[in-house]
Amino acid sequence: MSKARTSLTRTSLVHLALISYAIISVFPVFLTIINSMKDRNAIFRNPMQLPSPKTFDLVGYYTVLGQGDFANYFQNSFIVTVASIALVLLFGAMAAFALSEYRFRGNTLMGLYLAIGIMIPIRLGTVAILQGMVATGLVNTLTALVLVYTAQGIPLAVFILSEFMRTVSDDLKNAGRIDGLSEYSIFFRLVLPLVRPAMATVAVFTMIPIWNDLWFPLILAPSEATKTVTLGSQIFIGQFVTNWNAVLAALSLAIFPVLVLYLVFSRQLIRGITSGAVK
Amino acid sequence: MSDTPSTHDATGPIIKRPTRWHIVVFLLPAFIVYSAVMILPLIETLRLSLFNTVDGQSTFVGLANFKVLFGDERWAHDFWNALKNNFVFFAIHMLVQNPMGVALAAMLSLPKLRFASFYRTAIFLPTLLSFVIVGFIWKLILSPIWGVSPFLLDVVGLKSLFAPWLGRPNSALIAVSLISVWQYVGIPMMLIYAALLNIPEEVIEAAECDGITGWSQFFKIKLPLILPAIGIISILTFVGNFNAFDLVYTVQGALAGPDGSTDILGTLLYRTFFGFQLQLGDRSMGATIATVMFLIILAGVSLYLFVIQRRMRRYQF
Repeated sequence: MSKARTSLTRTSLVHLALISYAIISVFPVFLTIINSMKDRNAIFRNPMQLPSPKTFDLVGYYTVLGQGDFANYFQNSFIVTVASIALVLLFGAMAAFALSEYRFRGNTLMGLYLAIGIMIPIRLGTVAILQGMVATGLVNTLTALVLVYTAQGIPLAVFILSEFMRTVSDDLKNAGRIDGLSEYSIFFRLVLPLVRPAMATVAVFTMIPIWNDLWFPLILAPSEATKTVTLGSQIFIGQFVTNWNAVLAALSLAIFPVLVLYLVFSRQLIRGITSGAVK
Repeated sequence: MSDTPSTHDATGPIIKRPTRWHIVVFLLPAFIVYSAVMILPLIETLRLSLFNTVDGQSTFVGLANFKVLFGDERWAHDFWNALKNNFVFFAIHMLVQNPMGVALAAMLSLPKLRFASFYRTAIFLPTLLSFVIVGFIWKLILSPIWGVSPFLLDVVGLKSLFAPWLGRPNSALIAVSLISVWQYVGIPMMLIYAALLNIPEEVIEAAECDGITGWSQFFKIKLPLILPAIGIISILTFVGNFNAFDLVYTVQGALAGPDGSTDILGTLLYRTFFGFQLQLGDRSMGATIATVMFLIILAGVSLYLFVIQRRMRRYQF
């Protein structure tokens, strides 16, 4: 009897703690979005109130869409992210297959060499990366960003994917070999489809830091034509500091795609982290 | 890691084969991009730290750049300040973010907890937002002009505690660190959560049979079992913190104000290498700072790999 009661109190305390922290996590985002849809007076007078018909105002969004070239920024971010993920997955999976499938001299050494990048951030090489990009004329191109992000993503991709590729059955691959498949078809037609879940995990892990990165766009591609969303909103907000409507609207616009993607994929994402990352 | 021997060499005795070109083809693209864009620039940066421009020509100067960075009055103050701030930044993460992540994970992993996936989704949300969003949202919330935080403090009766934290030299660094903690607590939470789920039922049942439940079960049974995961999040935090730049840049600008009180190695590297306002960019000193950051991270990672991870007891189920 008393035991049941203590466990009830404990469960409620746990829920209380979790709810409080969940509110702390979500509240700032919520606050930004509701205030972005209010007029200037309401933002300052009643920041905590939901927009009502009287205070509803989209002036901030008009300013943002009229002033900033956000469609272009989105396009840049999108191109860079998709191209980098595609290259990371392709090159990473190929290298992971070579390392996990074949025995050859230097296998371990190559594995360790590729693993350095998991721990040592690519940012530390920025000085020479910029130099190299200037020398090859790639400064202020999206190619520069794609190259950097591909290099940045490969180590973790190889690490996670080779763990998964070790679990693909040998009999299947050998059956393919007996049927006369080349090593390339075995990789592309047998192994790749089987590690698709792991590829999804890697894609998510690769995507978040690329989409959110500020450092490399700032240094390698700050021109108007190549700005990414992250850099674009940083500069836009910097210029409009005193126009709270515009700032809040710009923030909401930047949150929105991430929020939608997250709500759609959160289950896969969390499953990916809890199963794939810790080995 | 990939050094575990491959266990599935089912092809029998190794027959001498001609060069297997497909291995080269599989490895080459990753190797080329990774080497050309990551490893070579890293080595080149380390090399550049030993050079400086003398009379318009790049000359080998040995460790002189480091001497300037550590001892010259124009550089040393900024450098030691950034280094100290970076350690404070790291310490706050270790003391607040990681214990909180463990606590949240422990609560989430309680059996038959309802709404667990809702909590997980909510708490992990900030991790996905970019620093620009996080930085500006908190700048607005903590701004005395808007009045959201005084209002909220008033609700819980603590209004007198409010201060413009981001604007004061003695509280700005703590405020920025806590913003970063708010953003990233989801990662330790998830990794610890996964580790807790991996503890087999039998172990927990055995503990319950011995009458070990609740707090003592957590500290005596679960905590030792998730120590390797805590080790991993500690080293991830270390690398992330000593490489941080974005949040300070968006919240406090490249000068990492007020009065350099939030300056960390990442922002110092940016200003030094790229220049800011009146300061001209200095490639050699930038490379020198990057090298120092590299050595710090390398030291931390080696300490983890060769000392902490080896000593840690791992349990096999």
